[in-house]
Amino acid sequence: MSILVSEQTRLIIQGITGHEGSFHAEQMLSYGTNIVAGVTPGKGGEWVLGGKVPVFDTVRSAVEVTGANASIIFVPSRFAGDAILEAVDADISLIVCITEGIPVKGMLEIKQIAHQENTILIGPNSPGLITPPRTKVGIIPGNITKTGTVGVVSRSGTLTYEVVYALKQAGFGTSTCVGIGGDPVIGANFIDILSHFEGDPQTETIVLIGEIGGQDEEKAAEYITNYLTKPVIGFIAGLSAPPGKRMGHAGAIIEAGSGTAKAKITALKNAGVQVASYPEEIPTILESL
Amino acid sequence: MKLHEYQSKEIFTHHQIPIPRGKLASTPEEAKLIAEELGGSVVLKAQVLTGGRGKAGGIRLVRSPEEAEEEASKILGERIKEIPVRRILVEEAVNIQQEIYFGMTIDRENGETLLIASAEGGVDIEVIAKSTPEKIFMVHINPLHGLRDYQARNLATEIEIPRALWRAFISLAQNLYNAYQEIDATLLEINPLVITDRQRLIALDGKITIDDNALFRHPEFLDKRDLSAETSAESEARKFGLAYVKLNGNIGCLVNGAGLAMATMDIIQHKGGQPANFLDIGGGASADKVTAALRIILADPQVKTVLINIFGGITRCDEVAQGILQTLEAVQTEIPFIIRLVGTNEKEGQKILADAHLQTAQSLQAAAEKAVELSREPVL
Repeated sequence: MSILVSEQTRLIIQGITGHEGSFHAEQMLSYGTNIVAGVTPGKGGEWVLGGKVPVFDTVRSAVEVTGANASIIFVPSRFAGDAILEAVDADISLIVCITEGIPVKGMLEIKQIAHQENTILIGPNSPGLITPPRTKVGIIPGNITKTGTVGVVSRSGTLTYEVVYALKQAGFGTSTCVGIGGDPVIGANFIDILSHFEGDPQTETIVLIGEIGGQDEEKAAEYITNYLTKPVIGFIAGLSAPPGKRMGHAGAIIEAGSGTAKAKITALKNAGVQVASYPEEIPTILESL
Repeated sequence: MKLHEYQSKEIFTHHQIPIPRGKLASTPEEAKLIAEELGGSVVLKAQVLTGGRGKAGGIRLVRSPEEAEEEASKILGERIKEIPVRRILVEEAVNIQQEIYFGMTIDRENGETLLIASAEGGVDIEVIAKSTPEKIFMVHINPLHGLRDYQARNLATEIEIPRALWRAFISLAQNLYNAYQEIDATLLEINPLVITDRQRLIALDGKITIDDNALFRHPEFLDKRDLSAETSAESEARKFGLAYVKLNGNIGCLVNGAGLAMATMDIIQHKGGQPANFLDIGGGASADKVTAALRIILADPQVKTVLINIFGGITRCDEVAQGILQTLEAVQTEIPFIIRLVGTNEKEGQKILADAHLQTAQSLQAAAEKAVELSREPVL
């Protein structure tokens, strides 16, 4: 088992003919991901990836023909919001948005709609997910991780790579690694992913990688205290970052002292989470469990 | 992108939100003329993009056009928190009966807009929020439904707005929400929103931040960005699409990805060193971008060593290695580099570095330890 993506995933790629989309489609395919179709409006009828994957004009038609159940989005930021909604409307149950820079106003509406339709949205500004050894829905390099029992959830991109690579170097593999995305407004949050890991028999321990800003880590700490039975190891980036990027008084009022690395680390420790001081310390803590 | 008070107030006017009469002055003479036009008693407000402007002396009440000219000449020569004052907003003085705090921002966790208000507005709203949070009231606006009149009315009753002003408060809240939506704001704040002695609601101040990712929809703001608060290194970085923040340490950092860049700074600190900067070259950076980033780091006189930490995904290690060599060919420097390249094309990148006899490290930990050690050696 794993969470969210597995060999049962039938993936479509929105923006498959673009620069990023075609490059990563190739990478995902060679890793073993079951890519059933691509979508690029105006290019329906073409075949890509060496003639292996058909391109459709719309997500709806791609789903009807191929029975796709997941979509990954590489569409430029101005059009990515619309692409997410098109996938929601076509009843795709898991949508992963790699694109960064989608305006917040649109994302607020999209988050509500995805929630109403019971669609799981990962991202935007996410590196995607990887379930070794054969399913990768995103841009996480395939060779830096291997199959194992550690579930990884993170708000970062390259920092996530650093962590799963350090795990692999120390002999630990991952069940699934999920990058939930670094934008202010994202679909699934830490709690959503933690609850999936809790229910996944393959996952024995969980690594949570957070960073300064927002209150998602604090909410996760509360959830861990109340509902999680599996051990969690945490890392929070930004302890040395100067306080600065603040959203006026309004931001300070709603965050009420939370949001800093210190506050997040304290919240996690109070929830019984062992917090590493740097990425390469995570496997050391895992060994001591 | 942060807007100045006067720019925020232009938006307010456009959305029928009452503000004091006033005009922008960039010379003492202009301030005098505007004060004459407004009847003598005016408030001079320095237009700088920083908080705590009032406490720093950037807001002054004057009683005559002559005094306006005299005080304006002082403010215009000043710096507030290092930022030079170039413009002053000259506004009629208003007789204040009550000061209210009114704000709107994103609720990231719930995917909604939050409307925040307090009957105790004024400069110290954050102190109020901390010491007496029960005096702060919030309304959650579902983006699919918008702000409802009843929600604004609830807020009016909670912050005890006089009944005669409920209608005015509701339409003000609606107009502000419309303005917030129309310009893709992520923050809109009025502190204070005042009730005058003539029972009118007026926005005495205005602060708006526009979502940078939505600026393409608002070309009218593109050329209005105020760069006076930006250092030359920061504007240089922005030109190349690099995220750079100057810090006080002596270990220059070049990293791909914001989270990893922070983690790299953290481990430097953990090992007893001090990072000189945050620098994220982003994903898929070219050799030229790496060169631009290194030039910015090397231009900082405090930097004694440079730590480069790249975890290649979209970014290719050989491209980064090329950028490092390009820089070293163009810039004469004695400053040592510690380089760690992992991920996409790491072998190719490491070969380029080895051929050039540059110091590399296998792990982030080893790289940080080496950089901290070098940062402590006396400069020859």
